[in-house]
Amino acid sequence: MLIKKGSGIKSSLITSQKQYLKRRQFIKYSLAAVGSLVLDKSQLFAETSESEYAKLPNIIPSSYSTNDKTNSWEHITTYNNFYEFGTSKEDPAENAHSLNPKPWKISIEGHCKNPGEYDVDDLVKNNQLEERVYRLRCVEAWSMVIPWVGIPLKTVLDRAEPTSKAQFVEFVTLLEPKQMQGQNSSVLQWPYLEGLRMDEAMNPLTILAVGLYGRVLPSQNGAPIRLVVPWKYGFKSIKSIVRIRFVEKMPVNTWNVSAPAEYGFYANVNPGVDHPRWSQKKERRLGSFSKKETLLFNGYAEQVGHMYTDLDLKKWF
Amino acid sequence: MKIFKSTVFTAALLPVAYLIFGLVGDKLGANPIETLLHKTGFWTLTFLMITLSVSPVRKLSNWNKIIKFRRMLGLFAFFYACLHFTIYLGLDRQFEWQEIVEDLSKRPYITIGFTALVMLVPLAITSTKGWIRKLGKRWQKLHRLIYVIATAGVVHFWWLVKKDITEPLIFALILSLLMTFRLALLKIKLQAIQK
Repeated sequence: MLIKKGSGIKSSLITSQKQYLKRRQFIKYSLAAVGSLVLDKSQLFAETSESEYAKLPNIIPSSYSTNDKTNSWEHITTYNNFYEFGTSKEDPAENAHSLNPKPWKISIEGHCKNPGEYDVDDLVKNNQLEERVYRLRCVEAWSMVIPWVGIPLKTVLDRAEPTSKAQFVEFVTLLEPKQMQGQNSSVLQWPYLEGLRMDEAMNPLTILAVGLYGRVLPSQNGAPIRLVVPWKYGFKSIKSIVRIRFVEKMPVNTWNVSAPAEYGFYANVNPGVDHPRWSQKKERRLGSFSKKETLLFNGYAEQVGHMYTDLDLKKWF
Repeated sequence: MKIFKSTVFTAALLPVAYLIFGLVGDKLGANPIETLLHKTGFWTLTFLMITLSVSPVRKLSNWNKIIKFRRMLGLFAFFYACLHFTIYLGLDRQFEWQEIVEDLSKRPYITIGFTALVMLVPLAITSTKGWIRKLGKRWQKLHRLIYVIATAGVVHFWWLVKKDITEPLIFALILSLLMTFRLALLKIKLQAIQK
């Protein structure tokens, strides 16, 4: 075996001690500079403190909850698609403080015998709150597990006594550019609109969420009241709702208007129907490295599959 | 000049340092892989634009020595493009080759992005002094590919975004400005020849 000998030149002859120390200092300073840059930038991914939000009283667990590991408060409240507060995921956590979620009225109208306007505080007081730990699958192929607190939508809709003309339910988000700065941009049509078929709205999985982790909903997550439809892509779960209306015809929904070839009315989670620009077969569960298979109806086929037996899911994506 | 060059070199590596610090310190948000992909893509385009602005800056300022930075800047664009592609392969797609092939063949924004990367390879290889000498006049012709690559890169970004095209639009504007400058120069040259 050949063993190489050292060159015989002392390293101190090549680099003087003074220069050596200078180099060290340089490395130290540049590391510090980069470090402070990172720390500064970290505010970009704003942290929201859980304890700032009031606890909600009397929450009961639900058999509809999943046992999947929930995502952290920080992940759920700093990674949001809520274009009313900006188009990047970090924008809502930074900008949503301008929203004033209290007092908040939600109007229920259209084809029903008993229309009315409700204060969200009263809805919270007068209804049994349930914790629903649901999977949320975004159309962008990432997912989270979120412990919502809410009321079954059916409970609220039944009280309005919809008539036989009520075939669909339309939902409308607040329109108030002063509170929602993103509405000054024309990136989408405002206000944000969504809709469900009557049976989807009445499905026991569908809830109006008013909280998260047992606390009131942060503004970036759709305070004070939002829809959660766990078997559909996230954009169906409209946030900061001011109006619910029973209608006869299929209502329009904002993303469908914006790009009809990419986002449908139904938007059921379906690994068999690709988005034109990406595959929907798999998803990244935030907080874990590996990808997992996406399930039909986001794993809620047992509860919702019966509603779609006659529907061509490829055509009605 | 040497100090100047190593300063630029170090500065060009700062984004990598930032991403490594962010990754280690869990500061890249809820979806770190997406952040890594977007940032490396952003820096690839940025270095392409910087590389393309070397000639115009040189002509406008008569600061001829700036040309000495062009190769390094171009290679950094290649470096960030490789990082971007490696993160896509390994972290985003986790070497699921079937999916990768599907992406490349079915999704135009990925096809065009990959094409741009492939075209960058011969430019990176032939960036050495030896190759410049060997290729002679053909070298410059070959390296005009960079215009196609930069355009493809911007289109890749444009086709990828969901709705808010502000950022790709900014890149498109910068690129058209840089191209307009070259066309204007070409026109002046042609007129001079005709006279």
